Amino acid sequence: MAEAARTTGAERDLWVRMYRLMVLSRALDHRMWILNRQGKSAFVISGQGQEGLQAGAVFALDPAVDWLAPYYRDMTLVLGFGMTPREVMLGQLAKAADPSSGGRQMPAHWGHRARRILTGSSPVTTQVTHAAGLALAFRVRHERAAVLSTLGEGSTNQGEFHEALNFAAVHRLPLIVLVQNNGYSISVPQSKEMAVADVAARAAGYGIPGVVVRGSDPVAVYEAVRAARERALAGDGPTLIEAKTHRYTPHSSDDDDRSYRTPEELRAQKQDDPITLFREVLAAQGLWDDEAEARLLQEVKLVVDDATDYAEKAPYPDPATLWLHVYGSDDAPAAGAGRD
Amino acid sequence: MAVMSYLEAIRETLRQELRRDPRIMIYGEDVGVRGGVFRVTEGLQAEFGEDRVMDSPLAEAAIIGTAIGAAVNGLRPVPEIQFADFIFPAANQIIQEAARIRYRSNGDFHVPLVIRAPFGGGVHGALYHSQSVEAFFAHVPGLKVVIPGTPYDAKGLLAAAIQDDDPVLYLEHKAAYRSLKGEVPSERYVIPLGKADVKREGTDVSLITYGLMVSYSLKAAEALAKEGVSVEVVDLRSIRPLDVEAIVATARKTGKVLIVHEDNLTGGVGGEVSALIAEHALFDLDAPIMRLAGPDVPAMPYSPPLEHAFMVTPEKIQQAALKLARF
Ligand SMILES: Cc1ncc(C[n+]2csc(CCOP(=O)(O)OP(=O)(O)O)c2C)c(N)n1
Ligand SMILES: [Mg+2]
Repeated sequence: MAEAARTTGAERDLWVRMYRLMVLSRALDHRMWILNRQGKSAFVISGQGQEGLQAGAVFALDPAVDWLAPYYRDMTLVLGFGMTPREVMLGQLAKAADPSSGGRQMPAHWGHRARRILTGSSPVTTQVTHAAGLALAFRVRHERAAVLSTLGEGSTNQGEFHEALNFAAVHRLPLIVLVQNNGYSISVPQSKEMAVADVAARAAGYGIPGVVVRGSDPVAVYEAVRAARERALAGDGPTLIEAKTHRYTPHSSDDDDRSYRTPEELRAQKQDDPITLFREVLAAQGLWDDEAEARLLQEVKLVVDDATDYAEKAPYPDPATLWLHVYGSDDAPAAGAGRD
Repeated sequence: MAVMSYLEAIRETLRQELRRDPRIMIYGEDVGVRGGVFRVTEGLQAEFGEDRVMDSPLAEAAIIGTAIGAAVNGLRPVPEIQFADFIFPAANQIIQEAARIRYRSNGDFHVPLVIRAPFGGGVHGALYHSQSVEAFFAHVPGLKVVIPGTPYDAKGLLAAAIQDDDPVLYLEHKAAYRSLKGEVPSERYVIPLGKADVKREGTDVSLITYGLMVSYSLKAAEALAKEGVSVEVVDLRSIRPLDVEAIVATARKTGKVLIVHEDNLTGGVGGEVSALIAEHALFDLDAPIMRLAGPDVPAMPYSPPLEHAFMVTPEKIQQAALKLARF
């Protein structure tokens, strides 16, 4: 955090924007769990604990030209890339106007062409190869832009992680792969997922830089992603960044984490809460105080209430739309098979 | 006899088999302390230790590839794929390796392997936690594909799959796990793979089905009985190999066949069953063969109205069977 002390006014403004984004994301996330408990939303999967690294990463990108290939914990990232709280809630409540999938996918399966956020599936790690392909197109057209793809540490054990990074390294593609290491793959602790302490160590196998950053330090992540982006734009190829972070919720609303981790462990992790820590950093620099905090919380509550009301009132998709978008032309013969 | 859920029947069979044969070993994502995301393997690691019930890294190709190697070297692995939707990274290992090893080695090698995977929808699982993947694998000679429709069958079929010397894909319907209950004997028994079962006798219409759709078809048959329609329900239990004899027998008996599956229509099991009937019993039919299946859209959506529109339900089965009865 020493970096922050030497910052310019513009950067200080950026830190405050990062913080505001983190707080908004946490509040939206909280609301989703409430909706789940109220029986209004069947499924929640959260980024609580991972907001700091996502806020740091997203401000190092240029949403006008770069692409995101995110994963399911990336609400902070997609909000930072221009998805609105209303849009997030439309997805959470599976409404027709959900920009990610029109309510077709589970919540948190982000996608938004206009915002340059690639549609993602559930099978983990597939997005990393797509991200390398997006980056390949940039390289081929000599465009100055980069692609950021994210995933959990458990997902780096899929073959496609290796295949994507190797491909991108060979062709020096403008790709940044950000691994959000929260220490668990559902219930499986990192020690049973891999025999290395740092996922970043795997970068050596591709001949690219591997960087470890503390996920609760948004500025450190910002610096790492900015450097990786510069390297990407200079034609030097991909970078693997690993942010050490925490998952403050069970894996999802379908999980119960009490069988595999202790409350003490979780309590210790909460000492490293990116929101609390960053607020202290900002306060120490005179960039934040109790009054600003109170105002922000008030503001965020209004935004979250508005998004919730808006999404609750929005219509579900019409059942007839089940048949749409199987192919580009909806009169394609197979699209009708099985129709009454 | 104890009443068990479909899930408990599977768990108790795994426990019984692990006790019976020290070569059996279970592994997969979260199957250890967590007992699997559906808790099918709950308590098994505590009883049998980490060497026999082991969490694996998140990598399906490695789960199945290593299971093949372990099977060749004398173990009887029963790996779990967390959701059938995530079996595809391992498709290469299942189709090109496990299924072809006996044939390609001219009988020198074989792969005694059971792959368990929860499949099917109606559980708000959306596109990638609802799929029916059986047709892809039923196409592959060398592989057996088994799908129980009751707790009783779940036990006998799993025991049979484990003692089989060839690779078996054993698919468990997620919506059946806790909703289906039935009597399950405590002693070990096997139900031969490739044998269908008549779950209800009838004379007007035959419903040929498998998996969760067995209980749905029985519900439809019950309702139709009140309308004076006598429905026979045939549970295929194995979709590779298919029980040709049982399929042909029911077609001859009622002369009217409705094939029901949740998997999408085109290229589904229904097409194969229909072809068998056309080959062996065409002139015994009193009506065209009908199929009721999941729609030909890429996968089941999440939003409730869309999910409902996708699912085959007892009501939809009842309507289709009635239409056929009145043909
Ligand atoms: C190919 C595939 N296999 C299994 C799953 C089920 N699954 C979903 S998330 C997950 C764990 C992912 O852990 P990690 O990559 O560390 O990400 P985290 O959820 O911890 O952020 C698993 C096993 C899946 N989605 N895709
Ligand atoms: Mg993780």
